Amino acid sequence: MQLPAKMIHSLFLVNSSGDIFLEKHWKSVVSRSVCDYFFEAQERASEPENVPPVIPTPHHYLISVLRHRIYFVAVIQSEVPPLFVIEFLHRVVDTFQDYFGVCTEAAIKDNVVVVYELLEEMLDNGFPLATESNILKELIKPPTILRTVVNTITGSTNVGEQLPTGQLSVVPWRRTGVKYTNNEAYFDVVEEIDAIIDKSGSTITAEIQGVIDACVKLTGMPDLTLSFMNPRLLDDVSFHPCVRFKRWEAERILSFIPPDGNFRLLSYHVSCQNLVAIPVYVKHNITFREGSSQGRFELTLGPKQTMGKGLEAVLISSQLPRGVLNTNLNPSQGTYNFDPVTKLLSWDVGKINPQKLPSLKGSMSLQAGASKPDENPTINIQFKIQQSALSGLKVNRLDMYGEKYKPFKGIKYMTKAGKFQVLPAGTGLGFKKIIQYKYRTKHTSLQEGLNTT
Amino acid sequence: MSTNNLSYNDQGGSDSAVEVGQETTPTSSNAGAGFGLFSTNFKKNDDLKEMLESNKDSLKLDAMKRIIALIATGKNASELFPAVVKNVASKNIELKKLVYVYLVRYAEEQQDLALLSISTFQRALKDPNQLIRASALRVLSSIRVPIIVPIMMLAIKEAASDMSPYVRKTSAHAIQKLYSLDPDQKEHLIEVIDKLLKDKSTLVAGSVVMAFEEVCPDRIDLIHKNYRKLCNLLVDVEEWGQVVIITMLTRYARTQFTSPWKEDGLFDENSETAFYESDEKKTKNGDEKKSYMMDPDHRLLLRNTKPLLQSRNTAVVVSVAQLYWHLAPKHEVGVITKSLVRLLRSHREVQYVVLQNIATMSIQRKGMFEPYMKSFYVRSTDATHIKSLKLEILTSLANEANISTILREFQTYVKSQDKQFAAGTIQAIGRCATNISEVTDTCLQGLVLLLSNRDETVVAESVVVIKKLLQTQPTQHSDIIKHMAKLFDNIAVPMARASILWLMGEYCERVPQIAPDVLRKMAKSFTSEEDIVKLQTVNLAAKLYLTNSKQTKLLTQYILNLGKYDQNYDIRDRTRFIRQLIVPNEKSGALGKYARRILLAPKPAPVLESTYKDRDRYQLGTLSHTINTKASGYLELSDWPAVAPDQSVRNVEVIEPVMIHLYFYYPCPLITQSSSEAESDEEKSSSQSSEESDKSSSQSEKSSSESDSEQKKTTKKPPQKKTVKPTLRLNHTFFLVPVLLSVVPVSGYTVLSQSKCLSRSLFSLCILTPCPLSCAAALLQVSGPAFVPEKRHDLLHRMTGKGLSAQYQFPRQPCLYQPTMVSVQISLTNTTDHPLEQIHIGDRGPTGLDMHCFNTVECLLPEASVTVSLGVDFNDSTQAANFQLCTKEDQFSVSIQPAVGELFLPATMTEQDFRKEQGKLLGMNESSATITMAAENTTRQPISRQVATVANLGVVPSGQDNIHRFAGKTASSGAVVLVTVELRESSAALITINTEKSVMGPMLLRDLKRALTRA
Repeated sequence: MQLPAKMIHSLFLVNSSGDIFLEKHWKSVVSRSVCDYFFEAQERASEPENVPPVIPTPHHYLISVLRHRIYFVAVIQSEVPPLFVIEFLHRVVDTFQDYFGVCTEAAIKDNVVVVYELLEEMLDNGFPLATESNILKELIKPPTILRTVVNTITGSTNVGEQLPTGQLSVVPWRRTGVKYTNNEAYFDVVEEIDAIIDKSGSTITAEIQGVIDACVKLTGMPDLTLSFMNPRLLDDVSFHPCVRFKRWEAERILSFIPPDGNFRLLSYHVSCQNLVAIPVYVKHNITFREGSSQGRFELTLGPKQTMGKGLEAVLISSQLPRGVLNTNLNPSQGTYNFDPVTKLLSWDVGKINPQKLPSLKGSMSLQAGASKPDENPTINIQFKIQQSALSGLKVNRLDMYGEKYKPFKGIKYMTKAGKFQVLPAGTGLGFKKIIQYKYRTKHTSLQEGLNTT
Repeated sequence: MSTNNLSYNDQGGSDSAVEVGQETTPTSSNAGAGFGLFSTNFKKNDDLKEMLESNKDSLKLDAMKRIIALIATGKNASELFPAVVKNVASKNIELKKLVYVYLVRYAEEQQDLALLSISTFQRALKDPNQLIRASALRVLSSIRVPIIVPIMMLAIKEAASDMSPYVRKTSAHAIQKLYSLDPDQKEHLIEVIDKLLKDKSTLVAGSVVMAFEEVCPDRIDLIHKNYRKLCNLLVDVEEWGQVVIITMLTRYARTQFTSPWKEDGLFDENSETAFYESDEKKTKNGDEKKSYMMDPDHRLLLRNTKPLLQSRNTAVVVSVAQLYWHLAPKHEVGVITKSLVRLLRSHREVQYVVLQNIATMSIQRKGMFEPYMKSFYVRSTDATHIKSLKLEILTSLANEANISTILREFQTYVKSQDKQFAAGTIQAIGRCATNISEVTDTCLQGLVLLLSNRDETVVAESVVVIKKLLQTQPTQHSDIIKHMAKLFDNIAVPMARASILWLMGEYCERVPQIAPDVLRKMAKSFTSEEDIVKLQTVNLAAKLYLTNSKQTKLLTQYILNLGKYDQNYDIRDRTRFIRQLIVPNEKSGALGKYARRILLAPKPAPVLESTYKDRDRYQLGTLSHTINTKASGYLELSDWPAVAPDQSVRNVEVIEPVMIHLYFYYPCPLITQSSSEAESDEEKSSSQSSEESDKSSSQSEKSSSESDSEQKKTTKKPPQKKTVKPTLRLNHTFFLVPVLLSVVPVSGYTVLSQSKCLSRSLFSLCILTPCPLSCAAALLQVSGPAFVPEKRHDLLHRMTGKGLSAQYQFPRQPCLYQPTMVSVQISLTNTTDHPLEQIHIGDRGPTGLDMHCFNTVECLLPEASVTVSLGVDFNDSTQAANFQLCTKEDQFSVSIQPAVGELFLPATMTEQDFRKEQGKLLGMNESSATITMAAENTTRQPISRQVATVANLGVVPSGQDNIHRFAGKTASSGAVVLVTVELRESSAALITINTEKSVMGPMLLRDLKRALTRA
């Protein structure tokens, strides 16, 4: 008799056309047919993202994540925290990306043996074993062209023979014996602004989230401290395990022995809900006239509160209503594209010149006879601002202890748009008006409300 | 390489169909192997077999890689088993690993052949390389062949006591595998689990708790003794282990502690400091009933998990959140909010699970998430299930104050292109309307406006919701009903039509003109309606017949006739029933009289409530909670016990391998001031002391009996007499000092071997001396530092402290409160002209450093000073301990910054032992530097003094004149620290430090270099 075992039982990789192209079992084999439940859910979902992450089936539970248009479907048999599985699957994807540069079906198929070796090391009996990329890289060397050639000739292998020292030490994330001729440490402060702006340009919500990604190539066992000019800005933070939490709590200093190579040191949230300076504004006017098969489209955008830094890589996209057949628009700069099938309008604006604001104007042709669309589209904006962190976060200094050499240190700031939306002008339900009205007199005749309809 | 292979397989797939019939063999597994692929692989597999049997490793490796690619794509390669298994003993490590992968996959199907490989693993289990031992155990335990159960059992037992923690971790994993293979081994496995639970390595902790959860989750008794250790290790355990341990400890805590929720208001946050410091019983007077005092172990768990909210691993954050939700006093749960909201910026799948948990929480505790309401605003790019969860949460958060904001937000959602979501929003509006009576009318009107929406689903949903709302709302909505009747012709969604018909019927007396007309229309279209609409039509007809039979009699009869011959038996049934009920004839007896009361009975309004309302019956963060059904293997969270079970089960005697401290103390402040206050204090402390002494003596008895055996083993030297003469001077201004007895077996100070004797002599050792504490310490310190630096550091200057000045120094004694703490002495001086009252340690900030505070100094007279002692667990780091020094009026933030040398405790060992220890700590554990010594530092004594000044280390006797050795261990974790100073020619010297604390090593080295080069 076999008891249902905990943790991850099997893993299936499914591509967007619904084929299983890789499977791995950590315990006894689970038949592929279990994925039929997943395919069912996939069919039901209108968009690939809408497949529910947790699907119960009669004997198993399927927990899946979708990254790079590949579903990673884990099969489990009994109670386990779902986030445990989800987090692990994301870690698997990150590792693949780290190893192969991209995580695509082709890359995985090309490196199927390395993938298998990795999965074997990452889980033992369904329980995560080594997920730290520094340790994995000591166990299984990432494939490079040179190494592939050398291995073919000499018959040597990609597999390390010794237990990674990190596995046993107090700093499991760093391998030992790291040597570089050029010692350098780079930190990228990248902030993303998420905002919802209403038609009149006022902010409904705005949040800044940031990360500090590091690329540290330092010899030996350096002990770094990073301090900020204005650490109070950081409202909520989460750290890479290397950061000494107590030091942060006490002094607001990041003190850590870094992993070797690229890693995310810190992600943070800035607590200034009302003070977020919105760096861009959009004026848009999209109208459809009742009975006419034409609609007008006008959109202008410009910089606002950017602290002198230019807006780059601006990209506007909007999902136009289903009734729109085609558009005839004229961009003052950049290129625009309308996909008549998905109704997705995208306009690659590029750099914004404050002297000459970019605009997109023209007409839309609607389906003949169709009624006027109910709703106006939301406008999504993407942009970048180099050399500036929107929240004003500034790194004060970086010090290194424990090693003698002088490293080269670099800091870069960047701001990006995250989920940045501008809402359409709404016809409205009249809630607002009614609410204001309501607070004056509690029970009034409904006649007024009915008359307006 | 593998691409070739894949392309080959593709070919194989295309021309396979031809040979399917003849080639199928019974060995072909059902593991989704492509139906006919096996047959074509067959020929090509011969080629693979040849490759595997060749002499060249590279060819074999090639073959294995292709086989792995076969397995990965789900194709069957089981018939290659004999050829593959031969290579299990290969020298090539990659080849070997691939063979392992193959073996684990197919052993179950080829049990007999798999047995051939077992002896290889048995040999590998004895390999000197820990990686090989571990991987052998991993594979051996993964081979699911019942015959080898005894071999696995043996291997697991051996590995559980392996030197390498990595191998021990593997053995913990193997326990689960063996258990799922053969549950009969449970009892033996529990023994191994018990053994591994005692393991101190952070590497093992997570895995063994996982094994515990799987094999014997009900054996709570195994956890008791390890509870505190697990709590303390938690931060350093790898992230996956943290999740498992936290989940287990949540369950444990619910069985062991009393509920902190009963009298929330009475719980005093400030008293927190007082109760975790010692293992005292929580209330002496038995007044538990009156006020709730949190068990110190309960507090320990909450405190040690809190920093993990900052983890980058979302699973860890949610597991801490659920722990706080299920265990923390209500007013402390708020700390998790921010972290949970942070997770909403993570991947879609993470958001989904986190939002579900928030949905459950927000129903019970609106206040927790209300400030973050905007984080739950829906974005057009969100996935459907995320949108509906956010809607759910926004609805739960709605209250009188924020409802207008939320409704405005909902207004935009209704216009969304995702019609399903728009429909969900309408339901949400309905829920807000019922929950908050102030806005019911507003919502109703808004919904009525929606009835003219162009989208059918929106309209239909509005009708359904309006129906529910009208039901909850008594009277005077006939206008809305009329309006809906007007719309009736344009609505095609059956559910909406049915709802309108029901409303007409239910309130037919309020719309006497319209209802019969609607019925007339329905009679026309009856045959083409959906079943649900037909049923409601029959209902409407019946109700109208009862209230307005004059106008509707004929219509009703017509409809009933239609219903009688309907294709659906439900409708036929209903028709028959209604006819008997309402149409008077001779057969319908008693029931007919009550028809009106039956059909037009006042009906209770439907309750519009969240689907997450009852979800909290499942532990948050679990799979069962996510899918809202009990998943197999789900462990219930028990209710709090009414009375806490015995707490002493968690007490653990500390056994120190190098040094045994037996102590006995009075925790009163040391007062050098003759005043009436001092006397009263003294009285208090002496009354306390009698209680204390009983307890501590029993404690020391226990530990001494534990240590006895060890002493006998380690000390072969005859016991020497104690060099310390207890002095007993009673003075008016006396104070009680902690009396420390360091028994160092190696150096031969074996005080006593009989426990009885010991406790008696402990009493006689009660020393009362008037001199400053440091003197007393120096006098009593039998091993350890010959030197205690007098250097005092400013803690609080009298200018900043408004007259209160404080200085601290490190007395270099083992701390009395907890062996892992470093003791610090603080002398407080009052430089003002008025007495300062109630000097105590206030808020210690969120540093998380474990501190033992001194008792409050009730009053410090002008110009007086007092010395108090603190214990701080610096956790083997030079991080400063920050806290607030408070007087009655003021608070001053101060911090103690230890030099690295103060974090050690001196140890004595022989030269031989020293070398042995040093041998274990090479490589990355060693840091060294060559320096030029100052001229006067070249002889033994100055060197010893300089080193002792810098660091609290013991001198190790050395045979060579030019080599000086010092040894110690870190206070917190007890890691060995070895320092060697080797003199070279012309005043050069090589300093070597060996310690596994890779951060402390270099820091100590730097300090030593500075001290020894200084003139």
